Amino acid sequence: MISLTDFLVVSAVLFCIGLYMIVSKHNAIQILIGIELILNAAILNFVAFGKYDRFNNGGQMFALFAIVLAAATTAVALAIILNVYKQYKTIDPGEIDRLKD
Amino acid sequence: MSLVQVLFYVMSFIALASALFVAATKNLVRSIFMFFITLFALAGLYVLALADFVAITQIVIYVGGILVLILFAFMLSGKETLNIITQQRKQFISLKKLPAILLAVAFLIVLINVIFKADIDHLAWIKKSIAQKNEITPDAAMTENIGVNLMTSYLLPFEAISVLLMVALIGAAHLSRKGKGQ
Repeated sequence: MISLTDFLVVSAVLFCIGLYMIVSKHNAIQILIGIELILNAAILNFVAFGKYDRFNNGGQMFALFAIVLAAATTAVALAIILNVYKQYKTIDPGEIDRLKD
Repeated sequence: MSLVQVLFYVMSFIALASALFVAATKNLVRSIFMFFITLFALAGLYVLALADFVAITQIVIYVGGILVLILFAFMLSGKETLNIITQQRKQFISLKKLPAILLAVAFLIVLINVIFKADIDHLAWIKKSIAQKNEITPDAAMTENIGVNLMTSYLLPFEAISVLLMVALIGAAHLSRKGKGQ
């Protein structure tokens, strides 16, 4: 069988790729994709540990909750990105440095 | 090496390689479509962790909902985003990306060290759950159990998350409406 360590190593690599995307990208949509990668790494950990909880299903249940929360986060974040684009005509987070006055 | 292990390595290779492609490519449309493949491979990994219901939910919500939303945002935010990307096409690895790469690699080393030091497969509660037959076996049908648990012991988080989802949808609709003053 597949051991838990394998799952954890895969999710650690995914987490670091997401971290790299968040730190280095100049585009809000790509930063959002990086956040989604980090969330997926966390969900993979939940699911891998949830294998050892047959009766309460704690891990799988919170993986489901995390997926729904990610959907809510993305909807709000995309609305914010569209508003920022309307205001500044760019979605580079480095250039968004003025308040609304 | 059994078939399950081979499938696990294939799935994790696809997931990691497509995630690396998403992070490395300069073309935003291609990175979004490669993100599809990452999510599908992750759903395969959930199936191999014996969580078939979570895998189906991942495909329905992530691929059907979140990625379509991301594509919408990309299409609606116009040509300027593409112009930013084409300006930076000079070297393969630019020097500005070096601190980010260093940060990610250092974090990866720390995480891998922690995982191997912790010796996850021999934790006390995992040994106990195997001894008590509390482990999910490949022939178990877990969906019914998940449904029963969702309506009994996890009812409060379920209701809370339904209210939160409604608040988020109303908030998103409010944020993206056309303002009168603009």
